[in-house]
Amino acid sequence: MSKQQPTQFINPETPGYVGFANLPNQVHRKSVKKGFEFTLMVVGESGLGKSTLINSLFLTDLYPERVIPGAAEKIERTVQIEASTVEIEERGVKLRLTVVDTPGYGDAINCRDCFKTIISYIDEQFERYLHDESGLNRRHIVDNRVHCCFYFISPFGHGLKPLDVAFMKAIHNKVNIVPVIAKADTLTLKERERLKKRILDEIEEHSIKIYHLPDAESDEDEDFKEQTRLLKASIPFSVVGSNQLIEAKGKKVRGRLYPWGVVEVENPEHNDFLKLRTMLITHMQDLQEVTQDLHYENFRSERLKRGGRKVENEDMNKDQILLEKEAELRRMQEMIARMQAQMQLQMQGGDSDGGAHGHHV
Amino acid sequence: MSKGQSGLGKSTLVNTLFKSQVSRKASSWNREEKIPKTVEIKAIGHVIEEGGVKMKLTVIDTPGFGDQINNENCWEPIEKYINEQYEKFLKEEVNIARKKRIPDTRVHCCLYFISPTGHSLRPLDLEFMKHLSKVVNIIPVIAKADTMTLEEKSEFKQRVRKELEVNGIEFYPQKEFDEDLEDKTENDKIRQESMPFAVVGSDKEYQVNGKRVLGRKTPWGIIEVENLSHCEFALLRDFVIRTHLQDLKEVTHNIHYETYRAKRLNDNGGLPPGEGLLGTVLPPVPATPCPTAE
Repeated sequence: MSKQQPTQFINPETPGYVGFANLPNQVHRKSVKKGFEFTLMVVGESGLGKSTLINSLFLTDLYPERVIPGAAEKIERTVQIEASTVEIEERGVKLRLTVVDTPGYGDAINCRDCFKTIISYIDEQFERYLHDESGLNRRHIVDNRVHCCFYFISPFGHGLKPLDVAFMKAIHNKVNIVPVIAKADTLTLKERERLKKRILDEIEEHSIKIYHLPDAESDEDEDFKEQTRLLKASIPFSVVGSNQLIEAKGKKVRGRLYPWGVVEVENPEHNDFLKLRTMLITHMQDLQEVTQDLHYENFRSERLKRGGRKVENEDMNKDQILLEKEAELRRMQEMIARMQAQMQLQMQGGDSDGGAHGHHV
Repeated sequence: MSKGQSGLGKSTLVNTLFKSQVSRKASSWNREEKIPKTVEIKAIGHVIEEGGVKMKLTVIDTPGFGDQINNENCWEPIEKYINEQYEKFLKEEVNIARKKRIPDTRVHCCLYFISPTGHSLRPLDLEFMKHLSKVVNIIPVIAKADTMTLEEKSEFKQRVRKELEVNGIEFYPQKEFDEDLEDKTENDKIRQESMPFAVVGSDKEYQVNGKRVLGRKTPWGIIEVENLSHCEFALLRDFVIRTHLQDLKEVTHNIHYETYRAKRLNDNGGLPPGEGLLGTVLPPVPATPCPTAE
């Protein structure tokens, strides 16, 4: 992930050397020890290969006991949010990856309320982070905010569906959207190009803000610049997922075996899987930064503007509740006093009634 | 009639089935037109000929079906259209001066395209088929089958068959209309093993092993449409055109149409208003319903 080689520890006695050039190494060491966290949300209709793709991307099996419901059961179901966390480690670097799945999205006959659940989940994570950040003990803030959302577009359509457009517009200000064309092995190369262009046109037409890869800095090497350019040109990525090993041309590759050939997952000529993985890995940091600097800050300013005293509210609330309760008590006491006075009057006015009642308080 | 969400290859498949451009391909409309807001019914008629036999083929497409966010009752326009055709035929049939050959615009067969998710049917598919299997012959077809491997395909088919059975959806050929044992065994085999047919359509030709075949060219191989080991297009074609075409028409006429007619006669307490049999004018609502012809 980090492209810099750890530099040699230079003798501090060298003239003109202060030593802060060693800072990146320290940061690197600390980060590695602390580990990284990343939350990825996957959204898309059932059957688009989302789970398979996630398993392929991270070479793991996130859903060991999966039960796929039948259509009749899906009629009643609403959108669920299922978050699974895995800790994966590669060469000493730990990654705590949370994948948020959204089964039930797009299944119902009427999908009007499909995305409410998802949006409230995203907002909840922001809310929790805001709360933690404003709390007294900030040492162990867990960042469960959604850093990236893979939106799966069906390859069977002619572009974006009304549901796709509506959903993306609803979340493009809250989370980084990476559109992905699922099951890309259903398209010929020409169809793929046409579909990609069509989707990009529609995204622009509806002013949907998807995640844009940052341009390579001018001081990066040519290879990296070229790679970034290629990545940018391939959006939306059309991918095929699989964790099955197939024998092809003498070697074992991950792929899908058809009677007419083998689709290799890691072959760049077959699909954009490698590009998607590269993008995710090289830009994981950037995705987190954009979430923090843009989406979270948006949320925070909206929230604070709206909620006013929400930040220190817990203590305030208690005081307020106390005050209110006291006011109520007072009111009740006044009311009782009034009733007593009334009864007094009645008593005096109606002596003939055999007013042997005593006062009852 | 071909039904299913847009982009499932309906038009391409119909073109492939009848080896002629009988369906205006969606690619020409998708560049300018958007997904229609309501379900539209587009009927295009063609006359095709083979071996001296002429056939008037009408393909009815339903763009917009299932594409909206809210798809409730999107099958209603379709049900309405089918019933309208029955009504037209009924009116002609009870006419005093009947035409010798009543123009038959009834829908004989509805190809329902199922999206190859690999999981199960969608709730929309179930609802549609539940409503419409009573009025028209439905043949479920798994679209774009080149997206599934052989195992996925057979698993998916099994699951779809089971779901249809559990939900009481009778697709064509319906069990109850098998006329004799020979029909039954033949149809049973089709029902339990081959259907729903997993198809791939294409109108492009490529050179494979010295022959020109219809297919789809991908970086990892060429998918041949008429190759039985690749997809079941040939089975669907033989089934619909070569063996069961006449039966489809008969079942539509003898069963679905008669059901409609009986219902109409019962509801109306007589014939379509204003008409009369043999010159007599029947009162609009008689005391007893007319005997139904069955």
